[in-house]
Amino acid sequence: MAVADMGSKKFDYAPAPESRAIVDIRPSYGLFIGGQWVDPTDGHAFKTISPSSEEVLAEVSEAGPGDVDRAVKAARKAYDTVWSKLPARERGKYLFRIARILQERARELAVLESLDNGKPIRESRDVDVPLVAAWFFHYAGWADKLDHAGFGTSPKPLGVAGQVIPWNFPLLMLAWKIAPALACGNTVVLKPAETTPLTALLFAEICQQADLPPGVVNIVTGAGDTGRALVEHPGIDKVAFTGSTEVGKMIARSTAGTGKKVTLELGGKAANIVFDDAPVDQAVEGIVNGIFFNQGHVCCAGSRLLVQESAFDEVLESLKRRLSTLRLGDPLDKNTDIGAINSLEQLTRIRELSEVGESEGAARWTVACELPDKGFWFPPTVFTGVSQAHRIAREEIFGPVLSVLTFRTPQEAVEKANNTPYGLSAGVWTDKGSRILWMADKLRAGVVWANTFNRFDPTSPFGGYKESGYGREGGRHGLEAYLDV
Amino acid sequence: MTTTASPPVASGSPGTGPVSTSGSDGVDVAGITASNSSLRRFLHGLPGVDQVGAEARAATLSTRSIKTTAKAWAIDLAISMIDLTTLEGQDTPGKVRALCAKALRPDPSDPTTPRVAAICVYPDMVPIAVEALRGSQVHVASVATAFPSGRASLDVKLADTRDAVAAGADEIDMVIDRGAFLSGRYLEVFDEIVAVKRACGSAHLKVILETGELVTYDNVRRASWLAMLAGGDFIKTSTGKIQPAATLPVTLVMLEAVRDWRTATGRQVGVKPAGGIKTTKDAVKILVLVNETVGDDWLDPDWFRLGASSLLNDLLMQRTKLTTGRYSGPDYFTLD
Repeated sequence: MAVADMGSKKFDYAPAPESRAIVDIRPSYGLFIGGQWVDPTDGHAFKTISPSSEEVLAEVSEAGPGDVDRAVKAARKAYDTVWSKLPARERGKYLFRIARILQERARELAVLESLDNGKPIRESRDVDVPLVAAWFFHYAGWADKLDHAGFGTSPKPLGVAGQVIPWNFPLLMLAWKIAPALACGNTVVLKPAETTPLTALLFAEICQQADLPPGVVNIVTGAGDTGRALVEHPGIDKVAFTGSTEVGKMIARSTAGTGKKVTLELGGKAANIVFDDAPVDQAVEGIVNGIFFNQGHVCCAGSRLLVQESAFDEVLESLKRRLSTLRLGDPLDKNTDIGAINSLEQLTRIRELSEVGESEGAARWTVACELPDKGFWFPPTVFTGVSQAHRIAREEIFGPVLSVLTFRTPQEAVEKANNTPYGLSAGVWTDKGSRILWMADKLRAGVVWANTFNRFDPTSPFGGYKESGYGREGGRHGLEAYLDV
Repeated sequence: MTTTASPPVASGSPGTGPVSTSGSDGVDVAGITASNSSLRRFLHGLPGVDQVGAEARAATLSTRSIKTTAKAWAIDLAISMIDLTTLEGQDTPGKVRALCAKALRPDPSDPTTPRVAAICVYPDMVPIAVEALRGSQVHVASVATAFPSGRASLDVKLADTRDAVAAGADEIDMVIDRGAFLSGRYLEVFDEIVAVKRACGSAHLKVILETGELVTYDNVRRASWLAMLAGGDFIKTSTGKIQPAATLPVTLVMLEAVRDWRTATGRQVGVKPAGGIKTTKDAVKILVLVNETVGDDWLDPDWFRLGASSLLNDLLMQRTKLTTGRYSGPDYFTLD
């Protein structure tokens, strides 16, 4: 029986945990090659943990070069014998079927994603998984319309794609890679990140459930060495990578001269630009959504806030007030806004760069909140007094840390926003429509959001300038990466 | 920022705060309202509201999961915040007495159920309600100023107000002149609210913006500030006669307005969403909005009200479910 304690004047939300009973996590997983679960040849394995509790979730196989070779051969065989011979309409049917199963099993996928990644269930349930299904639906529709995509008549697939994805949006990045690849007629070998392999392995089950021909999708788990073996394998025709700029450069070097088509979606240090005529309350929401969404583990995160000097006090005060209402804690609690940092390694990096920020003279402000005893946590943090010369204004922190800078004129905002080796995204907040268009024209970033931030849609292309990588994912543009054009 | 304002309605008796049309410190009311153009400049200088963003924020907050003890707490708070309302042409003394009985004992089978905040009726029904509620802590609110359209001369509106106050209303729910507002005659709206406030005497004034007719969130924010500048004790979304009424984004924008007003002036103003709030879920979503936009200070019947009628029985049904573990049918809850 629930009893109201009306003596309390505070509205304390009771715990509202999503049940994890819906997910059946196996104690150990093999590799998904040629439609089968197989053991790795040299028998290596690693553990994947829940970053919010450090609880071991499962043991996962580590694919060696021999396993990667098997996977590439399985993908090649599936490409040669089945997938490239199927009418486009039939490929589309498989993708529609996968999309529907993703929707049917949405809750299961969301819970597993939150367990393995540490992100709040509200986010995996309301953002990640719906987008994953949307991505498959979108590209399912493209499968038999490639003639009309603007890449000539009967554009051909590339063959076998080797895909390496990061840990921040494990399932969504899988969808961004696999959906267009299959729609265009390629087969894939995908390596999920070593800290978040579980939803990719559940996706393998979904491929089986959808009766996808064996070998069209292969999932090899492992760390950097597995990724390198995949990317450098001579049997693949295409490399798609999302991750750090450092690894992206290594991939660019190792694939140079091989004839492999490469798309890279790398880091970012996006400017979120707030003018003094912005709708302040919504801009503050956009700032929060820009940098604290997914614990700041977002390559296009609005990690640099550029505020017009005349609005600085008002925006900062509103931002701090808003941050104090964020709820940090158990990712499976339906009321959690901020979950766990994905790994100890990442937490260490966030801590280091935050200390650098302080030692370089920026003022650090942190939400007063209790952090759980176990797991990896970092409270939402704001640095003010940051200049372009600070490392925290230049380097990607990939955590819930916001650097606040100021500007005086639109020209200065553009100069500062573009003054970065990256160029993935940017945000503009103003009530003046003409200024939005002028800014979008001047900002060197793949995505410019106007009066919103971190919004994704399968019809919209996404990708970077400069050290943020090359190639576009999403929409019609995203097809080009998987077609021989 | 702390508030020094006292609650607008002292328990059990009408509020006794002085009629004041000036905010303190931050807002120069006399300067702002010196002319229609200065008032217009001020209202149009308020930060805009981005429609998509405001609606997204309200939608996100409505995904909060309020269960068990939190739900029980919210249900009791919601009951204690209700302005139990009947505003029909067919209202009779009998109907109003029945409603008053319901207000005093919402659930006759459970004496731990809180009473509602007030009864809200047309002016001619005020004496009946005052009589029925005498000696209780339930307030009597009356709509006035040619409710719901507000299409009458100022003299008639003031007479309407004085009539309700003289009959013993503790609270007056006035409507603004939406026609004047939409045609930019802000000063006219301001002066009218000031005049009605004066006519209220010690009764508390809720200013109905009728947001369904103002349409844009920018207008809602401006009308909220206008009502607060003019000395309104509460700002209220709707008459209940126009749809849409108390939507979540509208309530959000009004909560932001009272929050910013208190920051600027130190004076706290209450908020009353009214119209279309029918279920416990609706009410809990609104309370979450209050909690995460303005915080504890407004989680109190003195500062936040829910204008509703059918909502009460749904709250009682959910309350019974929480205490007994079972749903009972509508026949187990009294008609009003």
